Amino acid sequence: MDRAATEARIATLVTPFNKKGAVITDASTFAGDLEFDSLTVMDFVAAIEDEFDIIISMNQQAEIETWGQLVDAVVKLTHTA
Amino acid sequence: MIDLFSRFDEMIALRETVRGAGREDPFGLVMERVLSPTEAICNGRETILLGTYNYMGMTFDPDVIAAGKDALDRFGAGTTGSRVLNGTYAGHKDVEAALCEFYAMDHAMVFSTGYQANLGIISTVAGKGDYIVLDIDSHASIWDGCKMGDAEVVPFRHNDIEAMEKRLKRIPEGAGKLVVLEGVYSMLGDIAPLKQMIAVARAQGAMVLVDEAHSMGFIGPNGRGVAEDQGCLEDVDFVIGTFSKSVGTVGGFCVSNHPKFEILRMACRPYVFTASLPPSVVATAATSIRKLMHAGAKRAHLWENSRALHGELKALGFRLGTQSPQSAIIAVIMPDLERGAAMWEALLREGLYVNLARPPATPAGMTLLRCSLCAEHTAGQVQRIIGMFERAGKATGII
Ligand SMILES: Cc1ncc(COP(=O)(O)O)c(C=O)c1O
Repeated sequence: MDRAATEARIATLVTPFNKKGAVITDASTFAGDLEFDSLTVMDFVAAIEDEFDIIISMNQQAEIETWGQLVDAVVKLTHTA
Repeated sequence: MIDLFSRFDEMIALRETVRGAGREDPFGLVMERVLSPTEAICNGRETILLGTYNYMGMTFDPDVIAAGKDALDRFGAGTTGSRVLNGTYAGHKDVEAALCEFYAMDHAMVFSTGYQANLGIISTVAGKGDYIVLDIDSHASIWDGCKMGDAEVVPFRHNDIEAMEKRLKRIPEGAGKLVVLEGVYSMLGDIAPLKQMIAVARAQGAMVLVDEAHSMGFIGPNGRGVAEDQGCLEDVDFVIGTFSKSVGTVGGFCVSNHPKFEILRMACRPYVFTASLPPSVVATAATSIRKLMHAGAKRAHLWENSRALHGELKALGFRLGTQSPQSAIIAVIMPDLERGAAMWEALLREGLYVNLARPPATPAGMTLLRCSLCAEHTAGQVQRIIGMFERAGKATGII
């Protein structure tokens, strides 16, 4: 699966969590631009994990600050799975 | 110079909100005198204690006190050393023996606090390449144990068996797995469906650690906790506990039947690199633990107290953390931090101490007034407590 297709699937998942309807770019940050709190992060991560049948551990999450980094991480995890 | 303390500005602001104009500070309470397990003089006022973890009221047990005094006289005020050097006295071996008797298990390791027990066991047992799968509402000491170690950390939604199973199934083949659960979750006072969760964890090849800090002494036929109550204690690899709650002193422990368990005394840094508990503390703990093995009547009374308070608060219209009383903790849910602090203060003025709990310690950003009952609360005290809640609740507009 290519990056664009992966990103499109994640974009569908983020909609219910993007309460303010912020425009998302690769540089958008979850804590800043999307104002995700820790509970939102957990639910959003769980949604991605279930959609792609992967695990994104807290250790990996710590490295992910932006939308672009998330998409890259999911692409990588689905390729190695 | 960058002031490193600027990162606390948000916390300082929050503290000011709680402290408000002329209010008593919920996080600055001083108990000037302690009259009994259930009463103290707080800020100059005689106060019923409903926010301690003194579930079994052992703090003033005469046998416990006598054992502590005797050890103080015979062994001195402190050990001034690590358990693995000069800090293991006869009393430390005896309290570990008492724990083995209490849990009917082969090994017990005593730490200086329960916090350090979680820190030490979790960070040492799960290493690089292993996975820790844990409940999102886990206690801070569990999270800190995860953070201190090198394992991958994977949380799942509170008490969600299916979410836990899915995550276990996705872990790469060949990786070690540790599932970390609690018997009683101390914020809402709810219990975990350990029997199902542990069965799933076992089926997925995981080892299991259960923190029974808030159940020891009164849940389960022998007071061994929720896992015993649900008949699955033999499938638990590590039970974590504390002396700071039902046992009535301070200290922490891990009990286990693992044949190689004793090696942890060498490998576990929060065990090695800190001084051991004072002789008086381990003597009080050993005496208390052995008395808790035969505390059936006290246990029954604690449950009566818990049921009575839960039922009456619910009838008054308070929102509670659980639909039915599941433990000795009853959490009253407040609409927000400000009104929670006002209610807390109104109760203190009535002469009642409860715990004000707030995010991030609480789940879902809730503000809670946490009540924890004691086996030494009389039925009369429980009735007085209910009257205080009614008056304070009406005065602050919570009910
Ligand atoms: C679930 C849980 N585990 C561990 C601890 C730590 O216990 P201690 O007070 O002995 O450090 C606590 C107490 O705060 C707790 O609630």
